[in-house]
Formats: sequence, C-alpha cells, structure tokens
Amino acid sequence: MLQVWKSFYARSDPAKAYSLLSPALILVTLAMLIPLGLMLSFSFFTQVSFTEIDYSFTVQRYIDFFQKNLLVSLLIKSVKISFIVTFVTLLTAYPVCYYIAFYVKKNKMLWLVLLTLPFWTSYLLRVFSWKIILGTKGVINSSLINAGLLSEPLTFLMYSETAVIITLTHAWAAFALLPLYVSLDKIDFSLIEAARDLGLSRLETFWKITLPLSLPGIIGAILIIFIPTVGDYVTPALLGGTDGRMLSNMIQAYFGKVNNLPLGAASATIMLITVAIVTIIVSYTTKKLTQRIS
Amino acid sequence: MEQKNNTLLIYTLLYFAFLYIPVLFLPIFSFNDANYMSFPLSGFTTEHYEEMWAKTNLHKALWASIKVGVVASVVSTTIALFAAKAFARYKFRGQNISYGAIMIPFLIPEIILAVAILVIWLSLGFKLGLVPVTLGHILFCTPFAMLILIARIEGFDFSLEEASRDLGENAWGTFYRVSLPLYLPGIIASLLLSFIISFDEFVLAFFLTGSDATLPMYMWAQMRFIQKLPHVLALGAVIIVFTTFIVLLAFWLRNLGQGKEKAEFGIKIHE
Repeated sequence: MLQVWKSFYARSDPAKAYSLLSPALILVTLAMLIPLGLMLSFSFFTQVSFTEIDYSFTVQRYIDFFQKNLLVSLLIKSVKISFIVTFVTLLTAYPVCYYIAFYVKKNKMLWLVLLTLPFWTSYLLRVFSWKIILGTKGVINSSLINAGLLSEPLTFLMYSETAVIITLTHAWAAFALLPLYVSLDKIDFSLIEAARDLGLSRLETFWKITLPLSLPGIIGAILIIFIPTVGDYVTPALLGGTDGRMLSNMIQAYFGKVNNLPLGAASATIMLITVAIVTIIVSYTTKKLTQRIS
Repeated sequence: MEQKNNTLLIYTLLYFAFLYIPVLFLPIFSFNDANYMSFPLSGFTTEHYEEMWAKTNLHKALWASIKVGVVASVVSTTIALFAAKAFARYKFRGQNISYGAIMIPFLIPEIILAVAILVIWLSLGFKLGLVPVTLGHILFCTPFAMLILIARIEGFDFSLEEASRDLGENAWGTFYRVSLPLYLPGIIASLLLSFIISFDEFVLAFFLTGSDATLPMYMWAQMRFIQKLPHVLALGAVIIVFTTFIVLLAFWLRNLGQGKEKAEFGIKIHE
C-alpha cells in the first residue's frame, strides 16, 4: 500500500504541489478564513449589555448601519478619500516611472531601490512626520510665521481631510511606483519609435501607444492602493480630526470603548464588500478596455 | 531609449524630495534643543536620546517587538518557502485560487484581519497578548515572503535537484546540500524584510496586544503627550536608521547571485 502511494506521489505533480502548499493553506484557513467567517456571523448577533451578546440571528445590525447617517457618511468619505489618494498617487508617480523606464540608462535598480526605501520605514513614523510638518506649531506654520508671511498659523493644514489625503499619498507611493515601473519597462521602445516615424506627435504616441500598454500597471496600482487605504486607521486617527475621520475609526470604537462587537463586525463586513465591489468593477473595466485595444 | 528630458528629470528629483524630506524631519528634530518641533532650530542636544534610553517601558516594548518579529519572520519564511517552491516548480489545477488565497492577507485592509482575529480569539476565551499578534504577523508576512522567494526560485535549474536525487541523496540531503545554498540569499532577504514588516506593524498589534505593548504601540501611546514627543523623535530616528540598514542589506542579498552571477554560483557548489 505504502509502495503504491509512494509511486503515485512520485509521479503526481499536483500531489507534490499541494503538500508543499499545505502549511500556507492551513495558515490562511485557520488564521483568516475561519476568523472572517466568525466575524461575519457576529454581524448577525446583538450586543445586549457590556459583556453579554445575544446569539440569535438578526439582520438588524445592517439596518442599523444604514440608518445611522454617521456610518453611511463615513463609508462614503472613506471611499472618496481612497479614490482621491489613488488618483493623485498614480498621477504624480507616473512621470517618475516613465523617466526611469525610458530615460535612465544605468543603474535602474538603484533608482528603484531609492524610490521604495522610505516605504520600508515604519508606517506610524511616516504618518507622524506629517504631523510635525502640518501641525499648528509645525514646520510649515512656524516657517511661514518666522518669515513674516503669516501672523496666525494655518489651521486647515492639520486635522482635516486634506491632511489625510496628503499623508496617504506619501505613505502609499511605493505601491504605485512598482507596478507602474514594471509595466512601463516592459514596453518595447521600438514601438514608440515606429509610431514617431509614422508621423504621430509625442502626445499622440503617448495616448495611443504608451498609456494603453502601461494599463496593467495602472490597474494593479489602483487596486493595491485603493483596497488598503479604504480601511486605513492610523492616518485619520493621528491627522484626521473630526473632519478627516474614516470608517475604520468607528470600527475600532465599536471593538473598543463603545463595545458593540456585532455592529463593528457588520461595519467591517460592509467595508469588505465595498472593497470587493470596487475590485470587480476595476477588473471588469480593464478586461473590456484591453479587449478594445487588442 | 529617449535622449534627454530635463523637465522630467527635475520633476523626478522633486518627487524624491517629497518622498524623503518628511522622513528626515524626525532625525533633525531629535537633536533639537526644544520641546516643540518648529523652526528655527534652537540648538544641538543629545539629551532626548539619553531620556529615551532611560525609559524602562521602552526596553520591555523593544524586547516584545523583537520576540514577535523573530518568530513571525522565521515561521512565515518557512511556510512561504514551501509555497514558493510549489508555485515556481509545478503546474497544477487550482494554482491561481491557491495563490490568490495566500495573497489575500496582503491585499485586504489590515483592520479587517485584526478584527477577524480579535473576534475568534475572544470567542475561544483566550487572552489577548503577543501570541495573537504573532499569529497576525505570520499571516501578514507570508505573502511578502512568498513574493521575494518566488522571484528567487523562478528560473532555478530544478535538474540540479533531480541529479542529486538520482545520485542517491535523500530529500532532506538534497534540500540541505543543493537547494538551500542556492535559495539562501533569498531566504535571508525574506527573513530580514519579514522581520522589519512585523517590527513596524501597528494595526494588528493595536487590536491584539492587550497590555503587552510592542514598540509601535509604545510610540503610539507616547505620541499623545506633547512633553513626551522629543524622546519619541529620538526613538523614531533610531528605528529609521536601523530599518534602512536592514532593508538595504536585504536588497543587496536578494540580488546576490542573480543573473550573470547565478551560473558561477551554481558551479561553485559542485566543486
């Protein structure tokens, strides 16, 4: 019996692959899928008192969510902030990747390493450094006051949606830079030269050749920036004030001092569904777009 | 290849400034002789560093972060090494789904992972602390580690392993003598980067630590008090220097023996 199994195993690639994958798949199942399932079931329970939860099934938490104007507006604001951050990050990072892909001749890897290096320093510290810059007694305000350009500090810099957007754009830059660079670097430069030789202007070449060919990188960047920023907690908590608060801050409160686990679980589930919907829309649009191009 | 474009070059350099300058304010103000972080700088001092070192809570938090980081990086790199091998070596049904499932923790908002682990941990009646934080970090680091290792293993000449098996070496011997030396730079890079990710991770720790603070948790708690900020700046500056060093080391290792040098590296092993 053992011999039969051994010889089957020696010939079967899937069997070998899945035995190598089993630790990772067990980890994902035990530490993510089952906990997510439990989180989902908690969203159908009711918090009776501070320590007591009623485990009978109800969809009331979802009704609660959409009846609370605060939660709905925080969800919309989270999505809006993420969209702006994604858009600004892409727009600002694209020319940099374009430059490295097409103009830099030597040591491209070094440029890339230097671009992604700040990303590896603690997220908390990067967010905190924006607090130093934007704060009422921070770098910008103190410099402007010292230069005599201001008498009162600019208060809108700190504890606002703007502060959150600037900080997130800085914090997630690496996630746009890498996929954009990879897709631009793959483009065969002779295609661009051919387009120019055939009489297309620089701008036309960009619109008709370069941009469509870099689409995979753009889509990748959109997804890996949008998805995590929707659920960002640190930046709105440190820099958002009341104006820049996002849904995560309420989720944290429900699991913390407000102590309403089911409503927190429902809010987290709604956030997950929002992320899934955006992912599906973005992937679907890409498919259509690439079909039209080719 | 394009010739020259000074506008784009200047833009790129400005973008570099945007990326680097904010982070540099931490070390600059950590030597400033004042409690507020504003210009002009008032004078040079190292007293914030002395003050930082005198905090015993910080030592505890540092030790907690090191413990969590070491366990998380070793476990996630081990799990990721097996998984990376499976993806680099075999074609099989369910490949894309398995890959997607392992990558999810890296893609979904961290707060959702944190909440999910919190709910199951409390439901099982376990106490919050460094154990669930470590579990969360293993989950979060594994996709990163796998990406690094796949890049290393892809293009690896698997006939070397087959030759070793044909010559009578068993599976463990083949791994130890053939595969491991070739994967080693990737494995070390993965260990270092996973450690840094865990060392800097905040959200999972925030939800799951209970009373045992990790280093980011400690900083978070201090950031609320203006008078305690200077020593957080000193600590931040130290952490930035430390992580930059480790990350550069990891990048260097990751590229070691790649490309042209790969062949030479292979031959050396046969000697």
